[in-house]
Amino acid sequence: MSKIVEGLYYSESHEYVKVEGNFGFIGITDYAQKELGNVVYVDMPEVDDEVAAEEEFGAVESVKAASDLLSPVSGTVVEVNEALEDEPGLINKDAFENWIIKVELSDKAELDNLMNAEAYKAFIGE
Amino acid sequence: MNNVYYGKLIFELSKEGRRGYSLPENKLNNYKLADMPEALMRQRELDLPQVDELTVVRHYTNMSNNNFGVDTGFYPLGSCTMKYNPKINEEMCHHYAFTRLHPLQNENTVQGALKLYYELQNMLSELSGLSEFTLNPFAGAHGELTGLMVMRTYHASRGDNKRTKVIIPDSAHGTNPASAAVCGLDVVVVKSRPDGTVDVEDLKPLLNDEIAGMMMTNPNTLGIFEHNIAEIASLVHEAGGLMYYDGANLNPMLGMCRPGDLGFDIMHINLHKTFSTPHGGGGPGDGPVGVRAGLEDFLPNPHVVKDGDRYTLTFNDKSLGSVSGFVGNYGVIMRAYAYIRTIGKENMRMVGPLAVLNANYIKESLKDCFELPIGGVCKHEFVFDGLKDKSTGVTTLDVAKRLLDYGFHAPTIYFPLLFHEALMIEPTENESKETLDGFIEVMRTIAREAKEQPDMVKSAPHTTPVRRLDDTQAALHPVVNYAELKLEN
Repeated sequence: MSKIVEGLYYSESHEYVKVEGNFGFIGITDYAQKELGNVVYVDMPEVDDEVAAEEEFGAVESVKAASDLLSPVSGTVVEVNEALEDEPGLINKDAFENWIIKVELSDKAELDNLMNAEAYKAFIGE
Repeated sequence: MNNVYYGKLIFELSKEGRRGYSLPENKLNNYKLADMPEALMRQRELDLPQVDELTVVRHYTNMSNNNFGVDTGFYPLGSCTMKYNPKINEEMCHHYAFTRLHPLQNENTVQGALKLYYELQNMLSELSGLSEFTLNPFAGAHGELTGLMVMRTYHASRGDNKRTKVIIPDSAHGTNPASAAVCGLDVVVVKSRPDGTVDVEDLKPLLNDEIAGMMMTNPNTLGIFEHNIAEIASLVHEAGGLMYYDGANLNPMLGMCRPGDLGFDIMHINLHKTFSTPHGGGGPGDGPVGVRAGLEDFLPNPHVVKDGDRYTLTFNDKSLGSVSGFVGNYGVIMRAYAYIRTIGKENMRMVGPLAVLNANYIKESLKDCFELPIGGVCKHEFVFDGLKDKSTGVTTLDVAKRLLDYGFHAPTIYFPLLFHEALMIEPTENESKETLDGFIEVMRTIAREAKEQPDMVKSAPHTTPVRRLDDTQAALHPVVNYAELKLEN
């Protein structure tokens, strides 16, 4: 049973956004980290890079596979989680605590296209 | 096998002062190391193992006995076509008349070698329904890059420079987008339908005048024949793009169905898959590229042609340029030639059907124990999505590891990414019914073990020279030489 956090927004490609004011913390879900297995590398954008909804902004590499990261929302990267550079396995320890990028949202209306916790739970069939 | 003493690293067998050689007396006088410039001097001792000849021979012989290959056992590695490499291929390519040639020799003295090269070009053209082949690229992905360069050169020759995108299905081999990126093309992904084939409706809106072409395998990565291929090819052609065929899955088509007849314009062939030359371990391979009529001029230089009774290398101004030193991996080209000539045209027609029969036989015999996400008749390979009964938590990785205990090479796992527990099996046409039955029996045994003794399966392998390796540490913290290992300890 995967952990799902209430109050976050979820995409079909298993990223989440945690919104605080005009900012969104983007990471992959607990379900995604379980499916991937041990994460060995996280390819992240740089601060000030633009990300667009449903576009690739990086990749997560595990012992099983490399998967593109698709941004659930559009905006400008204001921070990347540098702790993941040295310890990518943090994502396996707690995927929701260890977000990947912090983005200044350019269009909050995009959040309406995403799933809530309940819908995501149904989506992954748990 | 697996002798504990000789199972050590060669460095660990080292004894100070031990030698496996004796050098002749140094007769050079007036030679002082001190006269060498400081910058050229080593700062520390060379850390080589000090061992006698017998120790070296035993060490490497014992280690080589731990190898697993097609010559040792069944190797159903999906997508890789690990077919048997007939020994006559080796005999032919080791003939001194060929091994002693030099690539810069005068053409008049290598007419036989060029003739063989020319004839293989023509055989591949006939088998694939295309007009002309180059044998120059060194491997499959190198062939993909070469093929895409043909595509770019073709568009550039027409002054059409805005075609910078290439369409690739989401089930494609990872080399496809990688080759496109190296060629400077942007990748546009087209989705698959639930049955694993390309979604034509998803493709239509992606087509426009920025599309250089589309890359496909057929049958696709799931071993399913793309039955809409004619429609897909005509849509891409109408949009001005070219169709590229990734020859990785050519084996089931061999002698039955030709990419050129399906509407493909450019393709590569993995000689090391379809034409029985050795592979694994990084090469050498060879990835010939074929093109339809009208694209021949863009093939790489040099090209082997026949001029009257004479074979010669030509250089074309319209060519994309050179992609390799000289003309490909000649030893590999010779093996493929020997394979085709040995099998002959008539028997070649049986390669595809037998590869397909073997794959379907295994699939049907195991689908009650393993989850088959896409039913129906497959081609040369198929994908299970893990065990049917997943209640004990035994994963595809565990099944693959347990197979090693039974002396089989594991299938491809966790690819393609469309399924979470992918297990991809390709038996090839060479295997006897007894071998296939043996594999089926072992797979059924493992499925039973997964229910009855899940912990034993989860900790497999138990009988191999090394047990389960730490994939995470190997990726995060690889220790690849002895100096690093010493630092670790």
